[in-house]
Amino acid sequence: MITLYINGLPVSVEPGTTLLEAAQFMGFPIPTLCHKDGLSPYGACRLCLVEIGEGPKAKLVSSCIYPVEEGLQVRTASSRVIEARRMILELLLASCPQSKTIQDLASAYGIQRQRFKQEYENCILCGLCVRMCEEQMMAKAIGFRNRGEKRSIGTPFDIQSEDCRRCGACLYICPACELRCTYTEPERAICGGCANLRPPCLEKEGFDDMMCYMAPCVACEIKKD
Amino acid sequence: MEKVKSVDEFLSLHDRLTAERNIDLLTLIIPAGTCGQASGANDLIRMTKRELLNKKLTEKIRLRITGCHGFCEMEPSILIEPWGVYYPKVDPKKIVDMVGAVAKGEVLKDLLFKDPTTGNPIERQTDIPFFKKQVRTLLSRNEKVDPIRIYNYIENNGYLAMAKTLSSGHPRRVIEEVKASGLRGRGGAGFPTGLKWERLADQTNGKGKFIVCNADEGDPGAYMDRSLLEGNPHSIIEGMIIGAYGTGATKGIIYVRNEYPLAIKHLLIALRQANQLGLLGENILGTGFSLDIKMVRGAGAFVCGEETALIKSIEGRMGEPRQRPPFPVEKGIHGQPTLINNVETWANIPIIMGFGAQEFAKVGTKESAGTKIFSLVGRIKNTGLVEVPMGISIEEIVNKIGGGPIHQTKIKAVQTGGPSGGCIPAEMFRLPVDYESLTRAGSIMGSGGMIVMDEHTCMVDLAKYFTKFLKEESCGKCFICRKGTQRMYEILDDISAGRGTLEHLSLLEELGPIVKYASLCGLGQTSPNPVLSTLRYFREEYIEHIEKKRCPAGVCKDLITYTINENCTGCGLCLKSCSAEAIRGEKKEQHVIDPKRCIKCGACQSVCKFNAVETR
Repeated sequence: MITLYINGLPVSVEPGTTLLEAAQFMGFPIPTLCHKDGLSPYGACRLCLVEIGEGPKAKLVSSCIYPVEEGLQVRTASSRVIEARRMILELLLASCPQSKTIQDLASAYGIQRQRFKQEYENCILCGLCVRMCEEQMMAKAIGFRNRGEKRSIGTPFDIQSEDCRRCGACLYICPACELRCTYTEPERAICGGCANLRPPCLEKEGFDDMMCYMAPCVACEIKKD
Repeated sequence: MEKVKSVDEFLSLHDRLTAERNIDLLTLIIPAGTCGQASGANDLIRMTKRELLNKKLTEKIRLRITGCHGFCEMEPSILIEPWGVYYPKVDPKKIVDMVGAVAKGEVLKDLLFKDPTTGNPIERQTDIPFFKKQVRTLLSRNEKVDPIRIYNYIENNGYLAMAKTLSSGHPRRVIEEVKASGLRGRGGAGFPTGLKWERLADQTNGKGKFIVCNADEGDPGAYMDRSLLEGNPHSIIEGMIIGAYGTGATKGIIYVRNEYPLAIKHLLIALRQANQLGLLGENILGTGFSLDIKMVRGAGAFVCGEETALIKSIEGRMGEPRQRPPFPVEKGIHGQPTLINNVETWANIPIIMGFGAQEFAKVGTKESAGTKIFSLVGRIKNTGLVEVPMGISIEEIVNKIGGGPIHQTKIKAVQTGGPSGGCIPAEMFRLPVDYESLTRAGSIMGSGGMIVMDEHTCMVDLAKYFTKFLKEESCGKCFICRKGTQRMYEILDDISAGRGTLEHLSLLEELGPIVKYASLCGLGQTSPNPVLSTLRYFREEYIEHIEKKRCPAGVCKDLITYTINENCTGCGLCLKSCSAEAIRGEKKEQHVIDPKRCIKCGACQSVCKFNAVETR
């Protein structure tokens, strides 16, 4: 067992546990966007930052990928951590203002405005869908492409992948476009992305046999009619 | 090439080669690295070969084609051994005269390097100010060795340090020696090499350990690793063999970027020769130690120079950094312990083992031992690669070795460490060049790029340029680095276009440190350095852009206008050069630029011979 101190309180956990798990075990809230239980940790959104170490050697690390160390001092809500989280949320809000998750987080951190040029991107490249597709659906149909500002997620060459079973797990897990399935209620619809999707269940009869994570879903609504 | 089976056999080979060597034989040395070839070294080589054959001088005068010697400004050049006579910027037409003079034992005075202050010709390379102030431990070996001939390297005491080390039978002594030398990683962060090696040696893993040479040099304006790989690939292989022996590694990888075709070619030849000679592979020199070195080509992503991204790239996956710990020394390529060092670090190892740690530690400062190669580029007279002892002041590098500013301008600042580094203003040029001093000044040592800027460089434009590079080269995995660099670029672009406000400056100062502390890898953590350091030292330039909508250096296109003053003789050159047809005027009368049509390309200014085109 490894003993470390989170916000001054000692906690003993198994080796290999991450700081995030240890903090959640203690009940300290840490916001995350790119972390989901059951998927490998990635450390992309940087929202789960915590401060470790003492004095001038103190640094910020993302808690979802940092393994626990003996005697480590962790602060989950120091002023430096809050400052960084607020800036990250401001940047998120400037790029992807439609997401309910991001709006809620920003409001929880008291962000009233953002000072950058407003963009409307649908994707924050958290990679949840890529990991979901690879690790849980065993499909590896989508992946990252390019780097830097050109980075995007998609299938190779942007053509329909043979590996894709159209299970919809990627849509289900997305924190930025999770409201897609409210398409049937147009006043609450945000992106309307699912209107362009043709779920396989539309053509098949044995709908109950299929794996479907999208509930409620536009296909079900159409079938009902 | 016959395989050398034992250390004794190797030593006798070395003795035979050195005995056969005639040091007094006249040798024409033509540096033909990528830089040399670009300035025409291939023509020189062809002409010289033909001339030597025509005049039947091949027995009397030899020709050696080497890698870069460092003085890139003066290439193509010829160095004559054993006299040490140096001819800069050689015109291929003069080769006939030159070879004739060498055969007669004469020196052509009017082709020699001219002292920039007195104008007197300087005969010997070592007396030229550019070379005089340097301590060329690594680069001087480039002159001696033809990179594609392994015997050439051996006769210059190559692989001798390796043979000695392997026959000693004490791997730990290697680590002790490297630790005692005080060598620190030349890739930028300056981690003590000996300590890193010790950590790898302490790893117990049944599957074997990796050592990697990181030759993914991506900074704009830096090419010291390239010149070492091109000019002396065997020294890196030798360093890696010694390192593998000391740490117990059995697999070696050299990660070179694909944009270095000549380096790849020379490296492959060197690896093949070393394998044939039995210096690599199974049972090296009969000592029972085996090492296999492979080359992996990078696809040119800047971020793959970061060690965890480099490991992923070697594994064949997307080059994305990951969280450390676990450090590569514990868990690297395919989960096996991996040691990654920069090209220059590896090249220093044979020198440490050959001459001893004490000798090595004599050069440089107490904390930063040895020499460091910088690629000195930008607005100075002598651009090129310079190798100086650590702790030398920037002043000395820029003004003494670099020869000061070109034209009548004043040097304003130096950018060290490439895009991840920061600028250091001229007032701070007394600063010694070592890892700690540069970090305190808000910059980094980096792999050794040094870009000199004068009054014609706009600091906002500079920060914008580097931030643009970084926003394109960030891997994009972590949000704060990807968006942070994009947003910083956006703000800088606004400022340079005259749309900036003072709030933008405080936003940059707020965003910068957060990108620095919240990013995952070294690229993100250093990415705000260009912005923050220019803001720290040249804030007034930013304010001038914002408040007066004026670019003092005359660079930012949206803030300047081109006008023609009374110096104009009406020659019409600018009129012809203008692609936008914005210049009007009768012959022999002062011309006028129509600001509405002008696209501010600057073509008129560059063709004008009378300094009549002004920027305001």
